[in-house]
Amino acid sequence: MAGYLLRRIFQAFLTLIGVSLITFLILFMLPADPARQVAGRTASAEQVEQVRHQLGLDLPLWQQYGRYLGKLTTGDLGRSYVQRSQVSDLVTSRLPATLWLMATAILFELLIGLTIGAVAAFKRNSLLDQSIMIGAFVFVSAPQFLLGYTLLYVFAVWLGWFPIGGYGSLSQVVLPALTLGLLGGGWYARMMRSSVIEVLRQDFVRTARAKGLSRLRVIFVHIVPNAILPIIAMVGIDIGIFMSGIVVVESVFGWPGIGQLTWQAIQQIDIPIIMGVTLVSACAIVLGNLLADLAAPLIDPRIRLK
Amino acid sequence: MKHLLASASLIALLALGACGEEKKEEAQQAAPAANTTATTEAAPAAAPAATETAAAPAAAEIKQGGSMIVTFKDDLPTLDPAIGYDWKNWSVIKSVFDGLLDYKPGTTEIEPDLAESFETSADGLTYTFKLRQGVKFHNGREMKAADVKYSLERMINPATQSPGAGYYGGIKGFADFQSGAAKDLAGVTTPDDYTVKLELTAPDATTLHLLALNFSFVVPKEEVEKAGADFGKKPVGTGAFKVSEWTSGQKIVLDRNADYYKKGLPHLDKITFEIGQEPVVALLRLQKGEIDIAGDGIPPAKFTEIMNDPASKDLVITADQLHTSYVAMNVTMKPFDNVAVRQAVNMAINKDRIVKLINDRGVVANQPLPPAMPGYDKDYKGYAYDVEGAKAKLKEAGLEAGFETDLYVMNTDPQPRIAQAIQQDLAAIGIKANLKNLDMGTVIAAGGKKDGAPMIWSGGMAWIADFPDPSNFYTVILGCGGAVEGGWNWSWYCNEALDKRMGEANAMTDPAKAAERATAWGKIFTDLMADAPWAPVFNEKAYVVHSKRVQGPNGVFADPIHIPVNYDEVYATDVK
Repeated sequence: MAGYLLRRIFQAFLTLIGVSLITFLILFMLPADPARQVAGRTASAEQVEQVRHQLGLDLPLWQQYGRYLGKLTTGDLGRSYVQRSQVSDLVTSRLPATLWLMATAILFELLIGLTIGAVAAFKRNSLLDQSIMIGAFVFVSAPQFLLGYTLLYVFAVWLGWFPIGGYGSLSQVVLPALTLGLLGGGWYARMMRSSVIEVLRQDFVRTARAKGLSRLRVIFVHIVPNAILPIIAMVGIDIGIFMSGIVVVESVFGWPGIGQLTWQAIQQIDIPIIMGVTLVSACAIVLGNLLADLAAPLIDPRIRLK
Repeated sequence: MKHLLASASLIALLALGACGEEKKEEAQQAAPAANTTATTEAAPAAAPAATETAAAPAAAEIKQGGSMIVTFKDDLPTLDPAIGYDWKNWSVIKSVFDGLLDYKPGTTEIEPDLAESFETSADGLTYTFKLRQGVKFHNGREMKAADVKYSLERMINPATQSPGAGYYGGIKGFADFQSGAAKDLAGVTTPDDYTVKLELTAPDATTLHLLALNFSFVVPKEEVEKAGADFGKKPVGTGAFKVSEWTSGQKIVLDRNADYYKKGLPHLDKITFEIGQEPVVALLRLQKGEIDIAGDGIPPAKFTEIMNDPASKDLVITADQLHTSYVAMNVTMKPFDNVAVRQAVNMAINKDRIVKLINDRGVVANQPLPPAMPGYDKDYKGYAYDVEGAKAKLKEAGLEAGFETDLYVMNTDPQPRIAQAIQQDLAAIGIKANLKNLDMGTVIAAGGKKDGAPMIWSGGMAWIADFPDPSNFYTVILGCGGAVEGGWNWSWYCNEALDKRMGEANAMTDPAKAAERATAWGKIFTDLMADAPWAPVFNEKAYVVHSKRVQGPNGVFADPIHIPVNYDEVYATDVK
């Protein structure tokens, strides 16, 4: 187990180095010239070169990358070209909002997905089952901004049940979390349906029924817990999926998380922020996957880590 | 120019119905937004000529107090006056800091600000400013001459990386100070605590504008040193408002500076900027009365609806901007090295159709200067739309069979659609222009290479003047100085005779000769059009929407210097 953990951590480390290298190369290849961007339109060629030197952009690529990694070990992600603030400060000030949104979204997707997935499985091949599965398919495929705007328009503008965007109160998290949750819920519904169908075929279910246990008891004690177990491990992988979703959803709802920060940085070609957020997201994804793998044997003893 | 970033590309796709129900008589019509199109960027500089302004009550009715909420989609990047160069933070900085000079609210007329008065020497080389006494920074310390000198040196110091430093190259000792050869800026001296002397290497009529420009605003040394590179997030100035709260990505709160030296200003006690609101969402909230100013203006998808809605349209204020969108033709690349070809392009473009394409959010242009800029020649006719004439010009160039070329365009709506219209117009005279729809950075990089781009549609990246002087439309974008690798003169047009005339016009520093100077400048631009390095297409207008609750004297919502509004002058009508 300890060996497995060490190996996985080493793999995670390699993954992060790879991500940082690829991101660095891609951003380096952008035709936009950061030195010129910082120096402004009125700057002379010498002024631009001065800024280039200050930013270390006159060094060879491998040296720039080395410098970046060196600073990274001290937690320094550099300074934003546009905002001129420490990227680490910007990211940490935005992270709580994103984590709060993700936690709520995971709650929503599990509630929605597991419930309707189970219902569809028990009513297998009925009209209800087919409607649920089509609905799940629609939500999975819907563009996030479209779903976000629709929810915003219907529930905040038209019905006035929720505030129109913003951050702070409990009521403000509902719509953005629901947007993410409905999309993820679609996946969980499909997985839960097959998982329940799988469990229904098992001998112990037949035994429980044969013992004359009540229908509800069979469902809630014997079927649902066994069906949920393999799915729970998926939550870790969700973190990665959400990382892409939050960029859109946070922008639609004016949610001040790192997704919004990223969107703004991309538009302004603010390379240090794009780089920093990519690394932080990569860490979250790697960590999520690791946790999912570690949790698997705890949930299902048939799985062993080697 | 201040960085413009078109924001609402996603939303432009969306036709969201609006249904902001007001309790009173202002029932909004639920109408799906038509598939409307318009440019999305707002403006840093707009002209004094407001075509519609809200009725303003007499000064006696304005009561001190109250607050307002302004929304922006993106966070304000920085409020450091030496660095901020973005249309959103531009006017907020003006309310937090002051410079030696300022513009009279609602006009482009210069007036003393931190300087009480100033004198210009007969040779135009020396300016002496007498400072107002008793002006205090938000930290309570009095602002003195040394602060003015410190602020200018800090902005020019390469370590600050100010995007505006290049404007101040005319100050004596600039080069030595920038290179580190001199410890201080020789051209700025302080004979006593309340006097600042500025010496130039050559007379320059734009000097007063430069001292009213944000980059020269006065900052307290001790606060800059305390905050270091984070001064832009912890700004301390002498202005009408002080920053009391800043939560990244959420909100910025400005509180009234009770010690502000201008008595009776600002009117409001508090301004809250709510960050992160999509322009469409902000407009919905405005219609519901939740906010007072939608800082990003009217998104394209909602434009027709808002303008046709009786309840909303009185709250929309239109202002001309100091802005021109144009097609730049690279005079160093074949076949645009032939003036007849460039003239043919000028005659081939149906500008009226393009203005319709952007919902009439602009007026047709025929010269580089926008109508609101001093020096604009209203009698100049330019190149009229004339397909046959354009074909004749191509024939004159020996290209009656036409040719193939590339037209570079930024890939954010509506720019590609405008470029398509230009492409069709050019096709009509036999020019096959391949569209290069690219991101802004790539287009700018191509324009800055000598053989990078034969044609560029400037929309979305186009020049908006930093200050209301015609020279600001020449030096960087049409002069020889800008025609360098990585420069902004995308035509690579360099006419030394015109550069010389620019020098002469800028040397006319006598205020009595202002009109003569403007005429001289106007002539530079119309003479330049004979060479046709640009095909000017339109001048964009700015649109500001505000709630009924907040009002301002005529002109502040269409202030040429402050977008979306001059925050100092706004007042709330619900103050008891």
